Amino acid sequence: MTADPAAPAADPGETVADPGEIVAELDNLRVWFPAPGGAAVRAVDGVSLGIRRGETLGLVGESGSGKSTTGLALLRLVDATCGSVRVGGRDVTWWSRRQLRGLRRRVAMVFQDPQASLDPRRTIGASVAEPLVVHRLVDSADARRRRVAELLEMVGLRADLADRHPHELSGGQRQRVGIARALAGEPDLIVLDEPIASLDLSVQAQIMNLLRGLQRDLGLTYLFIAHDLAAVEHMSDRVAVMYLGRIVETGTPEQLYGQPAHPYTAALLSAIPVADPKVERHRRRIILSGDIPSPVDPPSGCRFRTRCPQARPDCAEVDPVLVEVAAGQWAACRYAGEAVRAMRAGTVGEETVH
Amino acid sequence: MRERTDRPTRPGRAGATDRHEPAGPDIAEPVLAIEDLTVTIGTRRGPARAVAGVDWSVRAGQTLALVGESGSGKSLTVLAATGLAPRTARVTGRVRLLGEELTALPEPRRRRLRGRHVGFVFQDPMTSLNPVLTVGRQVTEACEEHLGMTRRQARERAVELLDLVGIPSPRQRVDAYPHQFSGGMRQRVVIAMALSCEPDLLIADEPTTALDVTTQAQIVELIADLRRRLGTAVVWITHDLGVVAGVADTVAVMYGGRIVEQGPVDAVFDAPSHPYTRALLAARPGPGVRDGDLPAIQGSPPSPLDLPAGCAFWPRCPVRGDARCEHELPPLVPVAPGHRVRTFYPLSEDA
Repeated sequence: MTADPAAPAADPGETVADPGEIVAELDNLRVWFPAPGGAAVRAVDGVSLGIRRGETLGLVGESGSGKSTTGLALLRLVDATCGSVRVGGRDVTWWSRRQLRGLRRRVAMVFQDPQASLDPRRTIGASVAEPLVVHRLVDSADARRRRVAELLEMVGLRADLADRHPHELSGGQRQRVGIARALAGEPDLIVLDEPIASLDLSVQAQIMNLLRGLQRDLGLTYLFIAHDLAAVEHMSDRVAVMYLGRIVETGTPEQLYGQPAHPYTAALLSAIPVADPKVERHRRRIILSGDIPSPVDPPSGCRFRTRCPQARPDCAEVDPVLVEVAAGQWAACRYAGEAVRAMRAGTVGEETVH
Repeated sequence: MRERTDRPTRPGRAGATDRHEPAGPDIAEPVLAIEDLTVTIGTRRGPARAVAGVDWSVRAGQTLALVGESGSGKSLTVLAATGLAPRTARVTGRVRLLGEELTALPEPRRRRLRGRHVGFVFQDPMTSLNPVLTVGRQVTEACEEHLGMTRRQARERAVELLDLVGIPSPRQRVDAYPHQFSGGMRQRVVIAMALSCEPDLLIADEPTTALDVTTQAQIVELIADLRRRLGTAVVWITHDLGVVAGVADTVAVMYGGRIVEQGPVDAVFDAPSHPYTRALLAARPGPGVRDGDLPAIQGSPPSPLDLPAGCAFWPRCPVRGDARCEHELPPLVPVAPGHRVRTFYPLSEDA
């Protein structure tokens, strides 16, 4: 990684040696958008998380949970209402447009729909070269071409695709181009926002393998935002579950998928269909009633209580904070663990799905 | 908008009820049966053979899952079977709905049969809903036409239907507009609309793909429950193998416009015999494959404009038999009772 002269914290020699180094950090971040009538859509409402160098942090949640807005905040593509965003040890929350150009080299993004994120009139080569030009990373047209070819090969594409246009490529190839472009600035962190959601099933595995291979070879750090919980489990070293603008549980995939402590995590996991008809026939599913409430007017106390099968009267009064329920596993539920056990016990003997 | 002149002469629901008391499901006529269905679409680059030689049937109370990736022809198969294929499509083959040969019928009669006996639920509920009409009006629009209901009866029926699909306080919500509902609730409205004429067949084309998993679980459960209670036959089109495992009785896997494997859901999942089905199931991340790469299938699904001469999966196939696979179309052959696969090299269970 080439050090940004404006960033004293980034010494490429040291960073690899320190596995605990925090690449990016959100502290009590709130992102509120104005809503009609003077109200606010509280898309992100008090999120704190740190992403360590070389790891993949999975961020899961339903639509409206604020997971994409959280990703955008790391690139300062949305402004914080309060709280802070730190990248490479420096507070970038209020950086100016000019300063942000440096930030956007250090934090790159891959979007869900590669069709929409690539300019249809430009060649693949021109799209991949854009960060090289903007950040002045190459000094000649020849160097640019060589670097584009190298980037395309890194993502498993032939270098001669540089002369093609996006419509000549398949969906999987276009997503590879999106990844090549994200790699161009040698970023410290790549935010992957639903990178496989719009791809065909047989292509999703290719892209997951590619992302993991690149991470291995280049020591990349990912924030992997997805609603596909099986993909998140496969990709992530740690997972954070969001609900209505808050993180409700974090831990390793083994902890969350094996012993979820928050009732929402348990319900979310039980809703994922398993590709085995025998399992599906006999499994007990926790079906949540209703929809995620409006982020304009979130419920008092615990935000999940309106849909929680184990809600108690005092859940309406106290807003739970994240507490450590096992080493490295945190849950924001006053009845963490206990509520999940009760939910699971409660489904025994009920009619099973299907 | 439907034309008022298509109102059936038959009053009320007479004639629709007696079919539900047949002599038993084994000998009952399938609700929908298609045979050798082929769809060719004219494009600027020439004709594209999007669906070829597809056979399947679905019985009352049963769910057939049509599985495939983009371009596999799964949606077009069903649209063509029900007479909803685009104008540029040429459809051949036989389609029998409740024993009646649809392809031989003139369009007005076919439309009447479709409207009366088939309900549709598509991926995006807003493509089925009119934003300027109340949900109550839309839910029963078809009933008014096909069952000859009055406005007052239709409104009562709308409340009943919204209740049936689990919309809270249906009597208040019946006068609301689609934008006042969440995505999951809109999809419930569309399901209510699809069920309004008590259809014999429900076509669900990726009905949960645009929804979150918790909402998906609700909708899957709702359709399964309605199928049990109403005895509706369901054709469920999806690319999600987890959903298939949860909803299907029988499965047809499509690739490059053809069925490559079909059979009872347990047989297909326990003993996938086509290299494509097996590779697709293996490529899913799941417990136990955390370390190391997923066994991905190389390449992308073929375009209907650019299909290989032989087996459509040949260029991506991990088995990749021989020159015959490349040049000759494999037939659909039985590997077990009711379980057929289109390959020269069916995989055995422990392969």
